[in-house]
Amino acid sequence: MLSSYLTMAAILFCIGLYGALSKRNAVIVLMSVELMLNAVNLNLVAFSKYGVVPSLAGQIFSLFTISVAAAEVAVGVAILIALFRARGAVNVDEFNEMRR
Amino acid sequence: MGGFYINWSGELAAFFAFAVVMIVGAVLMLTLTKVVHMVVSLAAVFLGLGGMFVVLEAEFVAFVQVLIYAGAVTILMIFGIMMTHHQAVQHEPARPVHEIVSAVAAILLFGILFYAIRTTEFEPSAPPLQAGVDNAMEIGKQLYTQHVIPFELVSVLLTVAFIGAIVIAKKEAE
Repeated sequence: MLSSYLTMAAILFCIGLYGALSKRNAVIVLMSVELMLNAVNLNLVAFSKYGVVPSLAGQIFSLFTISVAAAEVAVGVAILIALFRARGAVNVDEFNEMRR
Repeated sequence: MGGFYINWSGELAAFFAFAVVMIVGAVLMLTLTKVVHMVVSLAAVFLGLGGMFVVLEAEFVAFVQVLIYAGAVTILMIFGIMMTHHQAVQHEPARPVHEIVSAVAAILLFGILFYAIRTTEFEPSAPPLQAGVDNAMEIGKQLYTQHVIPFELVSVLLTVAFIGAIVIAKKEAE
């Protein structure tokens, strides 16, 4: 059963990786990164139940991951809004300079 | 080898149901053209993952997942789209080489991961964790005893991050 969960997390992670690499809209890239973080959470919780040493530590780690990801999304969306004000677009391939 | 035996238990059926929901949602997120529809399918992925956490007997994490991801993060994404995207339809010029390279990279990574998962011997030396009873209480006890310093640090991190987000997104004085 553990390998099913790990495979599911791998599928989710790879879909998120493809989205993060191939999309131009920065909001979509941020959503894909969230997908990858969710795959990691699934791994943590799966190992917390079926791992070699089952314990609650995996679930607690996933809670920390979720809160850090929430902070990341808030800062990411704020940066996107600031960039949109400065440039008028949110395409990631236009943001290759720190200063112009 | 890990062995691919299937005995149809309730857990496996629920796992496959949630897995279908999540994969369909994730693929739709990448293929739909309207950005709001993408966010809705992303919410489907988050809810499916919450269901999978319930199957794994991690009820507290499941509800946190639904509250934070399916609730807050989805709404925040919709705000991000509304603040940055006027036409709300993603029309991008075709970049076939870039997309093919990205797809090959993702599939290659999946192949490596799948091979590693299939060939690793996971020996359950202990019986699976039965965390279903008083799951939230146990997590609360551990959070306030063993993990209390990381817990406080996370609260500081959240405060700093949200103040920083407000400062970044605030309109600058003309």
